[in-house]
Amino acid sequence: MSTLPSDGVTLVLAIPAATAALLALLPGYRLSATLNVLSAFLTLLAALSLLIWKPESGPYILVDDLNIVFVVLNNFVGFTTSVFSASYIAHELETGRLTPVHLRFYHAMYQVLMFAMNLALLANNIGLMWVAIELATLTTVLMVGIYRTREAIEAAWKYFILGSVGIALALFGTILVYMAATPVVGEGLDGMLWTVLVKRVSAFDPALLNVAFVFLLLGYGTKVGLAPLHAWLPDAHAEGPTPISAVLSGLLLNVALYAVLRFKMLLAANFQAIAPGPLMATMGLGSLIFAGFMLYRSDDIKRMFGYSSIEHMGIIVFAFGMGGPLANFAGLLHMTMHSLTKSAIFFTVGHIAQIKGTQKIASISGLTVTHPLLGWGLVLGVVAIAGMPPLGIFMSEFLVVSSTFARQPLLALPLVAGLLIAFGALLLRVHQLAFGAPKGGTGPVRASYLPIAAHLTLVLMAGIYLPPALVAWFQHVARLLG
Amino acid sequence: MGHLEFDVAHLFAGGLVLVSFMLLYQDRLYALLNVFALQAVVLALSVAWQAYVHDAPHLYVTAAIALIFKAIVIPVALHRIIARLGIHREVENVVSIGPTMLAGMGLVALSMVVMLRVTTDAYPLAREDLAFALSVVLLGLLMMVTRNNAVSQIVGFMSLENGLILAATGAKGMPIVVEISVAFSVLIAFIVIGTLLFRIRERFDTVDVEALDRFQGERR
Repeated sequence: MSTLPSDGVTLVLAIPAATAALLALLPGYRLSATLNVLSAFLTLLAALSLLIWKPESGPYILVDDLNIVFVVLNNFVGFTTSVFSASYIAHELETGRLTPVHLRFYHAMYQVLMFAMNLALLANNIGLMWVAIELATLTTVLMVGIYRTREAIEAAWKYFILGSVGIALALFGTILVYMAATPVVGEGLDGMLWTVLVKRVSAFDPALLNVAFVFLLLGYGTKVGLAPLHAWLPDAHAEGPTPISAVLSGLLLNVALYAVLRFKMLLAANFQAIAPGPLMATMGLGSLIFAGFMLYRSDDIKRMFGYSSIEHMGIIVFAFGMGGPLANFAGLLHMTMHSLTKSAIFFTVGHIAQIKGTQKIASISGLTVTHPLLGWGLVLGVVAIAGMPPLGIFMSEFLVVSSTFARQPLLALPLVAGLLIAFGALLLRVHQLAFGAPKGGTGPVRASYLPIAAHLTLVLMAGIYLPPALVAWFQHVARLLG
Repeated sequence: MGHLEFDVAHLFAGGLVLVSFMLLYQDRLYALLNVFALQAVVLALSVAWQAYVHDAPHLYVTAAIALIFKAIVIPVALHRIIARLGIHREVENVVSIGPTMLAGMGLVALSMVVMLRVTTDAYPLAREDLAFALSVVLLGLLMMVTRNNAVSQIVGFMSLENGLILAATGAKGMPIVVEISVAFSVLIAFIVIGTLLFRIRERFDTVDVEALDRFQGERR
């Protein structure tokens, strides 16, 4: 085995890359779907191995306690989504919305996306991270447009334009960071390595760093879906295949957030530069309140949960913007809980939209009567995402609010207002969807309940009891984030 | 670095900003593509000059990509698409030319003020390049905002990207510039030509993005 690379990082990157190539060549969707699940499972195992054996960082790869959290979460949701995707896709093939050729493309792209996200999370080089995030954008644009309806193409186009402008701005910021670094660390590769930058950032020119951070926050912030740069997000969630909505909300937004956090750490370590926190807190709060109101206005079920993702990314960015051990801890916990809950919701919504043949909220009703498992799954998911106790999101939102009260009581008012606005909208909608006289198709469903149950169980467990090991890990990472 | 090297580099970077302005007021698609090809040639010259001055041979690759891909392949391909779609009419401007040019000048002034102020102790050529590059980026952005035709939005994006390549080559000794320019070329080629335009052409008679706006999002 000595000739084969066997450390976790190599496997996390190599398995999706190799599977993508294989899936592009293989005909037959059943085999592809199975292979997709298998590969995602193996990647998850490789990601888990990073918890135990942590490889050394090199010029291109960095493994530290912060990104292991992201990588493990990424591959866990990637795996459960691939399980959901297998049953979802079979139905799409039956109804003729997708052809076998599309599916071959779809499965290959799914693995390319997993590869790109893992690479972005593990990159030690800010240029490499940028390239990886660009690749992830590219693959998701193609997948959002896969149904080739008018709406899907418009959504993909919007996403392409806004996403490209976002990553272009992020590249400009990246170049500025390199420019700020060269006088101190010299020319060449060193000026783009996290490990070098973080150590020596205190000597960088603060003015240049400030400008760089503005570009980076706007650039990667577009991909996080922060208002006012969020316009692509609801469309992309509504028009793409539902597994992609789940991956977008649960994972890709996190990857972009991770990039923002890295640069925030950089700025925080330079004492003369502006504090990055208030900028992030403002954008986060704005997104939360804006998305809260937009929740009332959405009439498409997937679109509504797209807005809900903007709302939650707003809360998370706000928490990280507040900074400090408690708020960072809350932000990390909220991010984890949101990924798990939101992807579970998209799993149920995907099946519901398939049964009903529509995504319009007005034409769906009485789900708990016709499809009790899916209906109650949706109710539980929405109750969790709205922040009701005793589920995990209640706990993280409670921590965000209480840490804000302790430090900036005035900021807590708009925060709580935003949370309540969103809470009202979600409960209003779920009441209509889940209860009352059944409306729409009542056909049987071959749903995959396992991923939904797994996610919701984890969220419920986290709300009741957090394992001390996890708490210690998150506390440690929260201190790293400053 | 002597005076001549500096002046030539300055000339090319300034030329790029000038061509960006020319892009702003082109109201015919064929003319727009020709000016874009000119911009790509200027970029290629500028990058090649940086490669020569800084003795960085890998930048010649970036220059070659700019010349072959952006000055020849993409304009020719877009030319064909426009001809096949039969949309060689006028470009629809949302904002008229006068205000657009004024806004463009404002953006250039803004980028000069911002970049020259924050880079006081940077290497002088890199400083100027960065200020020009930000101007090109912002002008490209302005073009994307003021046009609502898919082809001219793509041209706007590519001109924005030219500004980024200028910034990346201006930052002395920056690694993976070549990889970044390749990544951008892939982005443009793959998405724009390969997929989206193909699908838009397949489904619609027009590539006017507003024609796609049947789906306005929120109903109420």
